[in-house]
This record gives sequence, C-alpha cells and structure tokens, in this order.
Amino acid sequence: MVKPATTKDDAHALFYSLRSAYSATPTNLKIIDLYVVFAVFTALIQVAYMAIVGSFPFNSFLSGVLSCVGTAVLAVCLRIQVNKENKEFKDLPPERAFADFVLCNLVLHLVIMNFLG
Amino acid sequence: MRYMIILSVADLIVKSNIANSQLFSSYLTSMLSKQHSGRRLFTVALTLSAGALTISRFRISSTADQIRKILFRSQFIEFDQLIEFGMAIKVGIVVVLLAVASICEAVAIFHPISESHLSAALELFSPVAGSFSSLEEAYEALRTFEVLGIEKKPDIKDDTCNSVVDTLSSMSSNSRDLYHALQVNGLLKCKTSKDALTGITSRLKDAVKDATSLLDYYHSIGGLLLIKDQSSEVDVLLKNADGILRSIKALSQSDGRWRYSANNPESSTYAAGLAFETLSGVIQLAASTIDENLIGTLKKDIVKLFDSIEKYDDGSYYFDDKHIDSSGHQGPLSATAAVVRGLTTFASTSESLNIPEDKILGLARFFLGIGVPGNSKDLYYQIDSLSHLENNRVSVPLILSIPATVLSLTSKDKFKVKVNTVLGSIAPPLSVKLMQVFSSGSKDGSVLKQELHFDPKEAIHMLDALPEGVDIGEYVFAFEIVLSDPEHKRKFATGGRTKVPVHVTGVVKVDDAKVAVLEGDIVESEKKLDLPGKNDLALSANHLQKLHLSFLLTTPFGKPFKPHQALLKLRHETGVEHIFVVENSGRHFETTLDFLGLVDKFFYLSGQYDIELTVGDAVMENSFLQPLGSIELDLPKAPEKATQPPPQAVNPYLRYGPKAEIAHIFRAPEKRPPQEVSFAFLGLVLVPFLAFLVGLLRLGVNLKNFPTSTIPAAFAILFHSGIAAVLLLYVLFWLKLDLFTTLKTLGLIGIFLMFVGHRTLSHLASASAKLKSA
Repeated sequence: MVKPATTKDDAHALFYSLRSAYSATPTNLKIIDLYVVFAVFTALIQVAYMAIVGSFPFNSFLSGVLSCVGTAVLAVCLRIQVNKENKEFKDLPPERAFADFVLCNLVLHLVIMNFLG
Repeated sequence: MRYMIILSVADLIVKSNIANSQLFSSYLTSMLSKQHSGRRLFTVALTLSAGALTISRFRISSTADQIRKILFRSQFIEFDQLIEFGMAIKVGIVVVLLAVASICEAVAIFHPISESHLSAALELFSPVAGSFSSLEEAYEALRTFEVLGIEKKPDIKDDTCNSVVDTLSSMSSNSRDLYHALQVNGLLKCKTSKDALTGITSRLKDAVKDATSLLDYYHSIGGLLLIKDQSSEVDVLLKNADGILRSIKALSQSDGRWRYSANNPESSTYAAGLAFETLSGVIQLAASTIDENLIGTLKKDIVKLFDSIEKYDDGSYYFDDKHIDSSGHQGPLSATAAVVRGLTTFASTSESLNIPEDKILGLARFFLGIGVPGNSKDLYYQIDSLSHLENNRVSVPLILSIPATVLSLTSKDKFKVKVNTVLGSIAPPLSVKLMQVFSSGSKDGSVLKQELHFDPKEAIHMLDALPEGVDIGEYVFAFEIVLSDPEHKRKFATGGRTKVPVHVTGVVKVDDAKVAVLEGDIVESEKKLDLPGKNDLALSANHLQKLHLSFLLTTPFGKPFKPHQALLKLRHETGVEHIFVVENSGRHFETTLDFLGLVDKFFYLSGQYDIELTVGDAVMENSFLQPLGSIELDLPKAPEKATQPPPQAVNPYLRYGPKAEIAHIFRAPEKRPPQEVSFAFLGLVLVPFLAFLVGLLRLGVNLKNFPTSTIPAAFAILFHSGIAAVLLLYVLFWLKLDLFTTLKTLGLIGIFLMFVGHRTLSHLASASAKLKSA
C-alpha cells in the first residue's frame, strides 16, 4: 500500500535536499555564511535585550544592531563577489573583494563606534 | 476764563517784582466769595501762594517759619479730597495763606555770626597737605580765622611764612604776588628784612607809575599800604597822589560802576569796590594833602553807585554784577563784598560819607541772610565784609534776633530778644520796645509801647508778659530799638521797625464730645467721648440712620478756636477710606453723616468701619489723631451699575519682598535595568561568537594559504596586525579618545594598512593564479 504524499513528508524531503545541496558549497562560502548567521544572531539578541529593558540609550541600541546588520550585509556582498558560480564577478579577483570587505567594515565600525556614545 | 486772568496777573506780579500783593489778595478775596469750581480755585490759590512766596524770596535763615509754611502748603494736598465739602473752609484758609504771604514781605529773622560759622571755617579752610595752595587762599583762611577768633596752627604758620618770604625776596614776583604775600605777612608777622621791604617799595612805586589798569593800581597801592602798616621805617608816601587819583577816576563810569582798564569797556560793581579801596589807599599814602574837591567828587561817585543797589523783600540790600567780567568774579556776594570793603576803607579816611543807615543795615542783613556758606570763598567774603561793617565809620548795624519764635502758653515761655552787632558782640546800651502786635490776617495791630526788660547777665531783652489778647495763633511783633545815648544814633544803624513772626502755641480744650446714632431726628443711641483720650465705641447703624458727632474747642483764654484740620475718617475693613470735614459754628464743631445719601459713596460696602477723628493745628499743642472705635454699617446690596471701590494699594513690603523659593527639580534619571540582567545579556551576546568559532573549527579552517616565505609572511603578519591596530584604535576611541585624534591615527594606520594589504593580497592573488595555471 502507498502512503499518500503529506505536507510533512514534503517538508522533510525539501529539507534533506537542501541540506545535501548545501554541503556541496565550497568551504570559504560556508565560512562567510556562518559569519552572517553569527552577526544576525547577535543582532537578534540585542533586539531581545532592548525589548526587555527598554530603549533608553537608543543610539547605543541602534549602533549595536546596525553594526551587526551592516557587517552581515557586507559579508553577503563578499559572498556574492567571491562565489565562483556567479558569472557577473568572474573577472574580479577574490582578494580584491576581500580587501573591499575589510575596508568597508573598518569604515562601518568607525561610524558605529562614534554613534555608540 | 477768570482762571487765566488770575494766572496772568500772578505772572505779571512775579515778573515786575511788586512787593505789595495787597491789591491782588483783595481782588482774590472778592472772587472767592462767588461760587466757583472748587478744584480750579484751589490750584489757583496754590499758584498764587507759590508766587507770593517767590516774591518775598525767603532764604535759609528764615528758620522754622519757612518750613512750617511749606508744611502748611503740603498739608493742602490732603485738602484735595475736601474740595467737595465746604467752600467756607477753603475760602478761609486760602485767604489766610495769602494774607500771611503778603505780610511775609518784611518779616524775616537774621542771626549774627554764631558757632556754626566757626566750625564751617575750620572745615572749609583746612589746608591740603599741610599748607595752602596759594597765598591768596592763605590770606582768606587766615583773615577768616582772625575775625572768628580761631587760633592758627604753628606748622601751617611756618610753611606759609616760608612761602611769603620766598615771594617777597624773589625778583620775578609781580605786584599781585607781592600784594598777597604782604597781606599774609600782615597777619602772620613773618620775619622780613628791612632791605627786602625797601626793595619791594621801590618796585611797587614804579608799578604805580607804570600802572594802566585798575588791578595794577589796586595791587601796587594795596601793597604799599600794607608795607606802611608793617614797617614804620620804610618810606611809602606817594608824591603824585592827585595825579594817581585822577587816572584812577578816569576809569569810572557815569552809572557808578568802574572799568578795569581804558581799553576794555567791561565794567562791574566789583571793580567799583576795588577802585574805592584803591582810592582810599592813595589818600592815606599821599605825601601832601589832596584837593578837597577831588575827594568830594569821589564821594559823589560812591553815592551814585548806591543808586544801583538792589533789594530783597526781607530788607536786605545788595549789589549785583549782571555781567561776568574777565577776572571771573561774579555774583552778588563778591560784588557786594568788594563794595563794602571799598566803602568802609574810604569812610575810614574821611568823615561825612552820606550813605543812609538803612542801606548799611540792609547790606549787613544780606551777608547774614546767607547763613553758613558752603565754600571757602563765600565764607571769606561774608566774614570779611561783616568784620568791615562791624567797625565802620559810616554806621554800625545792630541786628535784632530772636532765639526762639515759638512761645508756649502752657509752659509760660518768656519772649526773648537779642540785639548784637553783626559779629555777635555786645551792643551799646539800648532798650527794645514792642510797638505793635499784628495777628495773622490783619494789617492793623494793637498799638502798645511795651518796653522789654533787659537782663545784663545774659544780654537778653525779655518780654515779661505777653500783651493782652495774645491767644494761641500766629502773630507778627514789631519792635523798635531805642539807643540810650543820643550820640550813638549817628554811629549805629537800628533800622526803625523790625517785624518778626511769632507763633504762640497752647493746649486746646476739647469739651462735651459725643457721638450719636440718629433715626430720623430721634436719638437712638448716644455715647460720650473722652477726647483726646482713648475711646472704644461699638456702634451699629443701617442706611436709614445718621451718625452725629459733636464737640467744643476752646483756647486757653476761652475763645473759640478753629483748627487747621478737623477730620472724621471712616475706614472699611477692606481698606477703603472716606474722610469728612467737621464743620463749626463758633466753638461748636459737629458733623452729621446721613448714610442714605452716602450709600453710593461708600460703594455699598457693608461691614465694620473704623472711626478716626483728627483735630490738629500748628499752634495746638495737643493735636490728636484718635481712633474712636468702630461702627457696623448695614448698607443695601449694590445694584448692577454701582461703581466698584478703588483697588487698595498692595503692601509695598509684600510686593517687593522675597518670593517663594523655587527648588529646581532635576530630570529624573531614566530607569536602568538591573546589572544582573545586563551581565546576563552580555554573556548571551558572546554566545553567537563562540558558536561562530566552533562552527569555523567544524568547517575545518586552516592556515594553509598563509605565506611561508619570510617577506610575504612578514607582510601578512603586518596586515593582520594593522587590522588589529585599527580595531584597538576603535576601542580606544570609544573609551576615551575624541574623533579628531582618532581620525588622525586612523589615517596613518590606514595608509600603512593599504600598502601592506596591497602587498599581501597581490602576493596571494599571484599565488592562486599560479596554482590555477599550474
């Protein structure tokens, strides 16, 4: 007897296929993904903290959250540029992308530090 | 319209200086008897009284009487409220004021020189830094001290003497300096050598020969005269006395004034005074007798000068210099002082100078009328002139002064009169007679010829008993001085009749005082009052009733008395006040307050009113302002359109007093979360970082691509350390640095980092390219 395809089974199948596809990505991209996840989690924890204690030094909260979000965004840009499968950035050497990433991060963090108060 | 006429007449009178405002006051009295708008008339009366007083031009020495008159006038301000009540009172008071003002023409008191002049002299003439600034000032100070009998300090004497001797011996001094030095020398008697004086004499004689202006003559002749007094050995006599007199006389003018020099057309009375002094000096220094006719013409010149004498209404005469001349002397004081000096020195050289004695007395009164001057020059002029008048050969003025012008009937004061010379010395034997007594408001007084009793111990003339009929009030006493020795009549100036104002005060009896509340005409409640003692009434009335107050006032002699103020004041508890005048008929004073008619005036305010009675006058010794108690008034309610009571004045002490203190409320600090929560979250935030590191390890990160050969390795290390340095800089920036230093350092590190990073990354890129191609 064949069981009818339930949504639960579909979800499982989707999840497994995603997982196997993902393990095929190159390591450096996985590092970048991990970095992005780390940044986002940090932002979420900060938001939760603010939700609990109130937003009194609002500038500090903003600067913290924006630092996380900004660096995550820059990391995503780096991932796009470094990804070998991306035809658009074929001619861009990854070191150059990395240098941009570092520079932009430094500028972002200068602004963040100023705004932190 | 008539108001304008009155004002213009007043203006005219003030301008033309008509002393007799009699006509004027009689016009006004007739005017006042007609009905006029009260307020306008009141202001007119004030203007006139002010004008009349300006005419009589009182000065400082008029003492308490002047002050009292000013008080009289200021009390009139309160009369503003009384304007609506009683024309009769107004008319009476105004007429009295005018009459008093008109009598005030020749009524003033002069006092001879007293202790206050001594203390003023000591204060004004105190030398700065131990010596006087010039010999002229030194002379003024020393002369004043000499006349007043003040001892000179020896150290000042030495200083001044040194200066005198220096001036006398120096060849560059002109006749002016020599004159002042000789003046001081005459007072201080410094040691001067005969040779010095002889030398000076010859210089001064030359100066006399070469003199062209009045001042040259004045200084040189004056100097020669002083040398004559100081040393009998030196020959100072002038040969050409006639010629000198004629050349000085050439400077005279027809109106009696003198010019300073032939070229300068300016003339002044001061110069005339100097000229007289110089002329008398020439006469004294003449080697041969002078032509009598010349002296006669000079005497005529002096008499002509006296035609320009001016007069104040209190009997003082003075000379005024209308133009300021080149030497800077100005004002009546210096001009009159110069004329007095010249006159008396001239009179000392020759007999029979025909100046009427009332003018001499008038000049003395002018100087005494100044009181105590405020600066040293004026004091010198005053004292010097008075000392000249004290011993002059024309006539010596005698001053009648009254130590106290207020007599009290209750303490049975005796009226005292003093007669002295101008400097306060004892007069020759004489008797003082009280000739007439004018009561205020009348020009005719009772004629007496009562002689005053002389007390030789205190040198005071006393009136044993006041004349009959002198009750409390204001009077003018007219005195005459009669010299015992008929010879003295020519020598002394007594001035005919001297009028002095006198106030006689006494206790006024208040009798039969009672207050009653009337219903129609029937007395509801009546209470006797004890005036002027304390009373505490507690009445009550409604608007249909009346309040009636009455009392009797009698003088010590039993005559009816009308005080200056007889006022009844009702004061509401809110502070609104109403004042009513208590009218009189003879000695009976009464007032009736009909509340029905006053309801509107009281602003319909019911409640408790405090009653106060004021009866007062200048000559009433027991004037009183007594609270009588209170009355509870029941007035009907105010209708819609009733006037509101005037707002009461805020207590000024409350308005400008300290206000309530404001405590600054600081902004409450924001609520901060408890520290444990914050630390917990700090830990929580670090968790993703740890998770990241763990994840990196799980992914299998390695440092395989790290360059191994030295130089690239060094660069790589520098690259990482550069990034670390920037991050450290950021931490420092957050902790304590400011933006500018941060940016500066960041710039430096950034340049380094760029260079190093470029090297490292290009090396890496070339390495991976090699790998790809390989």
